This record gives sequence, C-alpha cells and structure tokens, in this order.
Amino acid sequence: MHSFTVEGAWSVAFRIICAAILIFLIVPILIIVPLSFNAEPYFTFTSGMLHFHSEAFSTRWYEAFVSDAGWMVAVHNSFFVGILSTLLATALGTLAALGLNKPLPMRNLIVSLLLAPMIVPIVVLATGTYFVFAKVGLVDSYLGLVLAHSTLGLPFVVVTVLASLSNFDQGLVRAGLISGAHPTMVFRRVTLPLIAPGVLSGAALAFVTSFDEAVITLFLSPSPAYYTVPRKMWSGLREQISPTILAVATTWIVLSLVLMILMGVLRRQSAKRSAKPVD
Amino acid sequence: MLFLFFTFLLPLGYILRLSVYDPTIHDGLPRTAEALQSWSGNGAPDEHTFQALAQDLIDARQADIVGSIANRLNVEAAGLRSAFARTARRLGEKPPSGHYSEWFQRADPVWGEQSTWQVINQLRSSVSANYYLAAVDLRRNASGGIEMAPEENRIHTTLFARTFLIAFSVTALCILLGYPVAYLIATSSKLVGTIMIVLVLLPFWTSLLVRTTGWIVLLQSQGVLNDLLVYLGLISDENRVRMIYNLAGTLIAMTHILLPFFILPLYSVMVSISPVYMRAAQSLGAHRFYAFWKVYFPNTLPGVGSGALLAFILAVGYYITPALVGGQSGQMISNMIAFHVQSSLNWGLAAALGIILLSVILILYAVYHRYSDANRLVN
Repeated sequence: MHSFTVEGAWSVAFRIICAAILIFLIVPILIIVPLSFNAEPYFTFTSGMLHFHSEAFSTRWYEAFVSDAGWMVAVHNSFFVGILSTLLATALGTLAALGLNKPLPMRNLIVSLLLAPMIVPIVVLATGTYFVFAKVGLVDSYLGLVLAHSTLGLPFVVVTVLASLSNFDQGLVRAGLISGAHPTMVFRRVTLPLIAPGVLSGAALAFVTSFDEAVITLFLSPSPAYYTVPRKMWSGLREQISPTILAVATTWIVLSLVLMILMGVLRRQSAKRSAKPVD
Repeated sequence: MLFLFFTFLLPLGYILRLSVYDPTIHDGLPRTAEALQSWSGNGAPDEHTFQALAQDLIDARQADIVGSIANRLNVEAAGLRSAFARTARRLGEKPPSGHYSEWFQRADPVWGEQSTWQVINQLRSSVSANYYLAAVDLRRNASGGIEMAPEENRIHTTLFARTFLIAFSVTALCILLGYPVAYLIATSSKLVGTIMIVLVLLPFWTSLLVRTTGWIVLLQSQGVLNDLLVYLGLISDENRVRMIYNLAGTLIAMTHILLPFFILPLYSVMVSISPVYMRAAQSLGAHRFYAFWKVYFPNTLPGVGSGALLAFILAVGYYITPALVGGQSGQMISNMIAFHVQSSLNWGLAAALGIILLSVILILYAVYHRYSDANRLVN
C-alpha cells in the first residue's frame, strides 16, 4: 500500500504544480479586467473593491478611453491598417502557397525566405524598413504601415495555406478542367472552397500580427496621427501610466478572445473537411 | 516575390550596407583622405595634408556638410566635434598665411595630436569593418593592429553575453514549466485537456502589450502582488520587493510570453505518442517513473528540442518586453540597437549590431530547420 500513497501524493502534487503554472499564464491577463473598473486611479485593488461596494467600481476609464480623441484615432488606425494588411498578406500569401505547391527549382529556399520575417529580430527589420521607407516617403503614412505589417503577416498565411493544400487532392482540379471549366472557374469553385479554412486561419493570424504590432509602428510612425493601439499603449506604459490603459487592455482581451474562438471554429471545420473521404 | 523584395530584403540589405559603408569622411574630406595615404602613422602628417584639409574644409563649408563630418568624428573621439567646427569657422574668417600646419595647431591643439589623425585615417575608406569592430568592442591601436577595448568600455560584448544568458534562462524556464503542463494536457481526459489548452491559448492570442501591462500591474512596488504580501504580513510596507524594472521583470514577462510557444508544439508531439508504449513497459514490470524516463521521455525529446530552439530564437531578438519592464539590468541587444538608431544616431554601429544578431539567429534557424518538424508541416 505504501507505494500507492507515494504515487498518489506525487500525482496530486504534480497537478498542483501544473495548476500553479497555468495560473501564472492566466493571472496577468485576468487581473486587468476587474482593475479596469476601479473607481480610483490606482493599479491595485482598493478595500472597497475587495468588499464589493458598488461605489468602488465605475466605468470612468472606459469613458475616458472612448472620449479620448487620441485613443480613437489609434483604434481606427489599428483596424484600418489591420484589415488592409490582412487582405494584402492573404492575397499574396495564398498565391505564393499555390505556386509553391508544385515542384519548383529552389523551392525550399523560397519557402525559407517567405517564412523568414517570422524569425528576423523585429528591431533589425524595423530599422531597415525605416531607412528604406524614409527614402521613398513612406514614413508616417498608411501605405508604409500596411506594407510593413503585411510582410509580417505573410508567413502565417503561407504556412496555413500550404498545410491545407497538403491534404488537397489535385485530381479534383484535373476533373474540373476536364469537365470544361475555365481555370479561374476551377479555382473559385473547387480549390478555394476546399482550402478556405487554411486561408481564413492564415488571415486571422495575419490580422492578429498586425493588431499586436508595436515595434515597426514605433519606427515608422513618429507622428501620433498614425499611432496604432499597441503603439499608443507603448507610450502610455513608458511615460505617464494612466488607468485608461487598463480599459483599453480589457477591450483588447475581449477582441483576442473573439479571434481565438473564431480560430477554434475554423480549425474544427478544416479538421472535419480533411477527415471527409474524397470519393 | 517583388513585394518581399521591397519590404523585407531591401531593408535588410540596406542595414548590411549601412554596417560597412561609411563614406562621410571619404566623400566629405576627399583630398585629406588621399593625402593621408602617405602618412607614416607617427605624429602629425606633413604640410601637404594640412593644405588638403584646409581646401576640404572650405569645400565642406560651402556644401554645408561640416556638421555631419564633425558628428562622425565625434562618435570616434568625443570632443572632436567642437574642435572641427571651430577650425572650419576660423578658416572662413581668417585664412592661413604661411605654414598651414602651424595655423591649424594654433586654431586648435588637437590637430597636432597623433590620435586625431588616427581617427581620420581610420575613416578614410568608405567601406570598412570599423562598425563591426566597435560592435564587438575591438578597436585599432596606434600601430594599426586590433585590440580589445579597455575592460570598462566593453559594453557590447557584455550586452551580447547578457542577451544570450537571458535567452538561455528564459528557454530553461520554459522547459521546466512547459514540460509538465504539456504532459498533463496530453494525458488528461478530452474535456480537461481542452480547458487547459484554452488557458494556454488565451495568453498566446492576447496582445503582447496587454500582457506586459498585466505584469506591471501585478509586480510593481505598489502593485497587486506586493500589496498581497504586505497584507499577509510576509513583508513590511517599507520593504516592498522590487520585482519589475530589473532583470527579474524581463525574465518573468519573457517566460510568460514564450511559454505557449514551447507548450503547444511539445503538446502536439506528446499526443502522437501512443499510450500503449507506457502500458507495455509497465506490464513488463517497469515502475511508472522508470517507464516514463526510459520510454516516454526519449520520445518527447524532438519536441523539447525544437520548442526550446524556437523559444531561444524568439528570445534573443526581444525588444518590447525588456524595454518596458527591464529597467537597467534587463536590457538586451535589441534595445541597444534601437538606442543607436533613435538617440545616439550612430546608425552604422546599430546596423553592425543588427547584422551580428541576425547572423546568430539565422544559424540557429538553420539548425532548427534541420531538426524540427516545421518542415513536415510545410511540405
């Protein structure tokens, strides 16, 4: 019986350790949510909050967030740049993946190059982009931000589309062509619907990448008119830290939750599709 | 491809060029640069060189580039900026009559010093490895050889060492914390496993800046954790623990950010290991721990290796987290690059540091590519 209790104790201890690690992962995110409703300009719980007095809570930081023109510009820019760069990265990435799905000379080299923006130190890329874009007048412009953000999102699209193409039966394309359909027609009606989950999850990743990007924006947008939300949070955290930032952060957590759920649904769909026998 | 060329290869190429191309002196003081070719390297150069410098300075004033030349010289030897600018101004007011070398040395004594001319001589050629030498704390000595900078000036090698140490510690922490969690997720029931996966994915999807904000809120001296410790009576109100704006802050926040990058690939390796192996080992009489160590653990090693390498690659290039929560002791090489780009404006040095960092990462990436399953995903 002795060895059973040791193993039992170990198993309980192991679960407690894992729970502690998971708490470590989740606490810094969850802590922001209640504190963003603090009625006082503090970054910690007031005794009123701990006793659940309703006057200790307020939405004043959310009001401050929504009524601040600077933050609203940043929100607008984040969505604008995020959506445009996602569209660009998705279009280019899907095309690249379709092209790379065939045997090609130097295919591995091209794939490595396409994936390289994922691992190049962001400061190095940001510095280079800044110097090159400064020469052609793309600093402090939407076009510059969209181009730079698309570069960062591109690898994710390439990876996810290539992955979904690997389960894709090329015979279907041939069947479509033999049946007399135009190649663009085959692409629209056969290929695209089948790789759609891959394209969409790549797009979601590209969007998140742009949405979360701060360093490139830091270098490329000296003027507040082109700040994105992460860029403005960066200033907020460096200079005067105001509780408004907690309201912004909470909003951003909700948005990432939505994206995460969307991604889960997409993954499930693509799993279902690849499990379906092709006959 | 064209797109990537413009937004990715061109910027990196430009950095490479910046790191070796340094034409300020070569183009700004062309005659001096040429005259210095015959300089012996001892004492001040000959009269001819001083004449060339006077002519160059007159041209530089007309082209309005005195400032940029002065700044470039000042990067190498502090104090040369004002001496250079003053001499150029005086040259405009009262051109030298008679001996040029005497006139220059009267205008400013630095022109009689061998070290001044060494600086100019070093920068004479428009393509050089000067920035790379500076980036690894080497410099040319009086005789033109290469030597280590004095110990107290070795900022960059110290910083590179610290960067690798931080990246290494963060990777080690990721393995230590990530392995048990990945194991538990892989061996739990479907429902519990899914809940835990969501707990790992949520930080993965949450903005980096939001997570950094969370850590600031938790760890700062008036923050939640210190309040809790004071409330519990573990520390007194005056002795709040300093957990952020130092090395500890960088380590904690970076481990938090990179942990999902380690857990998720390891988990996918672990679920593919059939539980039959473990059962077989145990039915053959192996103790549970022994079976784990001899059968399960070796099978997970590829996942551990590639996850750790990925975490290390990402950690080495980190910028935001150390900049926001690292204080003085938690700064990394990326922060130094940004400092040289934005504040000190020593772009060549920033570029050389960047190229060194990039090369290290590319080598690691090549290793990663060879040993990881990333290829299988793509092919």
